[in-house]
Amino acid sequence: MGLSDKKGTSSMVDLKSLVQKKLEEMGARFCKEIDQGMFPTVRMKSRSTSNIFYSQKHRQYILGDRTVTRSSRNIAHLRPFTQLVWTAYFVHELLRQKKTSTLRDVYYSAQAYDIFFKDQSESDNIITDLETTIEHPRESFNVFPEERSAVFGDLTIQYTVPGYEGQRMNLSSHPDGVMIGPALTDARFIETSADKVIVIEKGAMFTRFVEERVYENFNAILIYTAGQAPRSTRYFIRRLNRELGLPVYIFSDADPWGMHIAMVIISGSANAAHLRELTTPDAKWAGVWASDIIDYDLPSERLNERDLKRLKELKTDPRYEDKHWQKQIDIFMKIKKKCELEAFSRYGLTHIVDKYLPERLKELGA
Amino acid sequence: MAILYGQITTNKPVTAISSTGNSRIVEYRLMIDIEKNRPIILDRKIHANFRSKRKRWRGTVVEIHLRGSYVQAMPKVLEYLKQTAMVNPYANIIFVDPRGRLYKFDRTVDRMPPPPKEINPHPHGVDVETIQRIIRSTGEKTMLGFMQRHFHRVGEKTAKDFLKKAGIPEDIDPKNLRPEEIVDLVEKMREYDGFLPPEADCLSPLGEDLLRAGVLKELEPEFVAVHQRKPSAYSGHPFIVEVAIAYGGKVPAKDDVLLYRFANKIPLVYDESGDVCWKIVRSINWRRYNVTPSMPFAVIIHVCSTKIPYKTLGKEILADQPEVSREILNGIREVARQLARYLSRKERVKRQVRRLTVFSRYLPKIAQFSAELAGRKAPPNIDKLYRRKQVFRDFLTGNEYVDSEIFDSRLYNVVFVHIRNKHKENAAVVRVLGLVDSKWEVLIPESALTSGSEMYETLRGGYEAIKVQAKSLKPDRESLLDAYVDGISQ
Repeated sequence: MGLSDKKGTSSMVDLKSLVQKKLEEMGARFCKEIDQGMFPTVRMKSRSTSNIFYSQKHRQYILGDRTVTRSSRNIAHLRPFTQLVWTAYFVHELLRQKKTSTLRDVYYSAQAYDIFFKDQSESDNIITDLETTIEHPRESFNVFPEERSAVFGDLTIQYTVPGYEGQRMNLSSHPDGVMIGPALTDARFIETSADKVIVIEKGAMFTRFVEERVYENFNAILIYTAGQAPRSTRYFIRRLNRELGLPVYIFSDADPWGMHIAMVIISGSANAAHLRELTTPDAKWAGVWASDIIDYDLPSERLNERDLKRLKELKTDPRYEDKHWQKQIDIFMKIKKKCELEAFSRYGLTHIVDKYLPERLKELGA
Repeated sequence: MAILYGQITTNKPVTAISSTGNSRIVEYRLMIDIEKNRPIILDRKIHANFRSKRKRWRGTVVEIHLRGSYVQAMPKVLEYLKQTAMVNPYANIIFVDPRGRLYKFDRTVDRMPPPPKEINPHPHGVDVETIQRIIRSTGEKTMLGFMQRHFHRVGEKTAKDFLKKAGIPEDIDPKNLRPEEIVDLVEKMREYDGFLPPEADCLSPLGEDLLRAGVLKELEPEFVAVHQRKPSAYSGHPFIVEVAIAYGGKVPAKDDVLLYRFANKIPLVYDESGDVCWKIVRSINWRRYNVTPSMPFAVIIHVCSTKIPYKTLGKEILADQPEVSREILNGIREVARQLARYLSRKERVKRQVRRLTVFSRYLPKIAQFSAELAGRKAPPNIDKLYRRKQVFRDFLTGNEYVDSEIFDSRLYNVVFVHIRNKHKENAAVVRVLGLVDSKWEVLIPESALTSGSEMYETLRGGYEAIKVQAKSLKPDRESLLDAYVDGISQ
């Protein structure tokens, strides 16, 4: 399947130049205010829990209308304000020089500019402030997560990063998969034969799926999240879904934590309520469901106190309103059992691929 | 006590020489008849004083020999002298100890508290023994005259009313009272509530100024608050409580409150824990005053009375006399409040200084990075928002006011002035002036800035310029100042 839709493929590149412009405008505004004898201020949406709402329309958490103003006139704001201006400057430099960085790297870089963060959580928080202010995720200003997940499948991409511009690569060229890092996040999608995306939480299963040629037999692009999916991976899944129109199926452990890994890919987290580009509302949680433990007679363990407490929380979470999710939570609570993706191995190494996967995909209409 | 102790350990007489500055100097050599509690005069000499009034010697010399273990007593002896110096700041104390070491406690003031006036006993405070003694020596022939002549604050009207209520005829001769009638008289005097309270001019308190001087001299604190309670009385005995609190400086930090007790200017150095003062100090919730017992502060309590309510014969600890205890407690509360105010002000100054440091530290960075973001070559000038200027730098004060550099304050609607005296000893006098309509107006009037202290003031309003003036507090005692003016707009 060839791709000709130029608008979609270059979205990240466009976004970056937009962000760069926004940062420059912010700096210019501060300069003007200082010239006029005014203390610069910055306004952003409040991220306090009382201003986070679940939006049915966006199928994710969003911020309400309340805003907060940071003023350099206010002693209590002065330090975070300075940190924000520096961070804006720093990421602008990253964009300008087409370099990338990580949260940790930003934290350490500050020291070279005599900007002091007392710990990384303070600098992470300032980066979130900057995301809120310019209303785009940090990946758009080249700050990427530390954790790396992987992708495997027939998808040809074209790099846009310096030194590789124009180079193409097929993501099935390496059996361990290709790391979803900054270069892949920014790459253009050129061509794919796949008609679906399968997201897997566990590394062992990902490897099994590659070995058993699931990508070929099921026409799928495989993604390994390594637990909770990093933001760049969530962004990548969204792009596959939006730009290539591929349906997304998520496989995670049958327990409240596994469920939530799927949910965060679908509906995002409350922490990212200020962002709109990290969710894939149409993605489907394909298993392992609580009902599968019974239906497939899977080896299981008892749910512990923490698991049960977490289930209770999820039960009332607005993201879990859907009937299917509610039903699975109820079954978990009733059977008080959980199991891992690997549990299928009880019936032989290829059981999950030979039996479970085709049945489930069929059930979900794929 | 000292004479007695000297006699029983060395059996040597005491020599006392004294003159009030008249033509005679009297010298006695005495021992005590311990059984009869009477002096035995061994020798009595009268020396002629100088003719010239100006040269005449006045004073008292008492010479005692005593035996004791100095090694053991040394810390207490020195402590006793130090504390004596604390409540006698007008005295020069010189001590040469048995090892030949010289200790000096120099006076820092040359003024003494007014000497006490002699008074009659108050009727509430006498016992049977005292009445008997007065009756033996009185020349009064009637009870009416007796009451007026020998008792404090008893006039004709009070005397008549008392005798009437007590059922004692006015005209009987006090010498005719039978022993049981004397006992009855004492009881009636105690019960009668028409006597005026005793006056305190028979007492010799230090006064707030002298107490402060003494505490400053011996403890060298950073801060001292003193308070003299109003005169009061218990059982007919007038008393005055004086309290001081000293904080910081050379005051040592102990695990517990450092307490100094004095009775009629005599240090009480033994059995602290049995004293009511200790009980009171411990009962106070110091946290309410922003202090913890482990902070470097000392409480000084001076009880001044015609009869100190000692708990024991040793005269080392005060008993819990409710009237006295109440005054002690209220006195401590008052100075503790002053300390709390001082500490919170100090904290505020520190915070303000820190706040301003934040402006000077961060605003230039905001300007710099904003300029980089905007692609501007030079950062915008932040002087319009905030400016700090050091107007005095290591400035040595003189005897007359000297101007600091001038701070142009036209752009700013809030101005902070911060002055610090860095000198180790000497105080300065400073004031702050503002320029309005080309005239300098005093904004902060003359205030003293003691050594090591800081002043911090916030000014509002449209002055064209601000300057500081400073001079030495005492002539030829230069102090060393730094002064900063900060302006903030909006």
